[in-house]
Amino acid sequence: MDRVPILKIGDILLVSIQIDLQDHIALALQDDLSNRIVETGASGVLIDISALEIVDSFIGRMISTTAAVSRVLDAETVVVGMQPAVAITLVELGLTLSGVRTALDVDRGLALLKRSAGPVEEEPLEPASPDRTHEPPVD
Amino acid sequence: MSHQSTDTAEPLVLASEADVVRVRQAVRAAAVAATFSLVDQTKLVTATSELARNTLVYGGGGRVLVQTVDRDRRRGVLVEFVDEGPGIPDVDLAMTDGWTSGSGLGLGLSGAKRLVDEFDLETAPGKGTSVRVTKWKR
Repeated sequence: MDRVPILKIGDILLVSIQIDLQDHIALALQDDLSNRIVETGASGVLIDISALEIVDSFIGRMISTTAAVSRVLDAETVVVGMQPAVAITLVELGLTLSGVRTALDVDRGLALLKRSAGPVEEEPLEPASPDRTHEPPVD
Repeated sequence: MSHQSTDTAEPLVLASEADVVRVRQAVRAAAVAATFSLVDQTKLVTATSELARNTLVYGGGGRVLVQTVDRDRRRGVLVEFVDEGPGIPDVDLAMTDGWTSGSGLGLGLSGAKRLVDEFDLETAPGKGTSVRVTKWKR
């Protein structure tokens, strides 16, 4: 059976869909990704759909479900490379892929994943001088 | 109205997921031949994918006819999906966004309709379903 390969790069799983997806291959990819996230402890999943000529409601649902499942498994999913014609069609079809993070290309997707996997606790939202960092709040 | 068909292709058999992919490719080729823009090609192929899946999953498979049509000096692509399945008992309900009888998102029929210019659905319980969609070159 055809399968979409999943590559592990650091703690990110990279999937590039290069075939005209049949429904069962999309479902197999969804299962494979969930299993690989658990096996590898990956913190991010990057799905490159730049070669996909259409995203219909089935593939759209696969992408949304994959993003939701990976989030539950403590991994972020970013979908990259959607063709403009595909994006226009997807929205007109009625799919918004809500809850799915997107980026224009693989580079931007990787940067997004690195940012979200970064050491959040050590980076205060507002810059503070080092000597005040550990003082208790005034209020 | 008169559709003038410029080709008389044989119907494509729709009996498996691989056939859905073949039907998508045939419609893409027809849309390219009719010099559709990339966005219009994509819309028609996406609508085809939704309807072909419906024919396969709910109609138990069927046939698809892809034709190039000319009307009023406009060129279009007409795709017809025919099955002899159980039919759709409540068409209005089936055309509602978000309504699904199965595992889908409920966007198949309503979404496909939004992506094409003409959409005709004929169905009756026990008599199968026929969906004809046309998209015209802009």
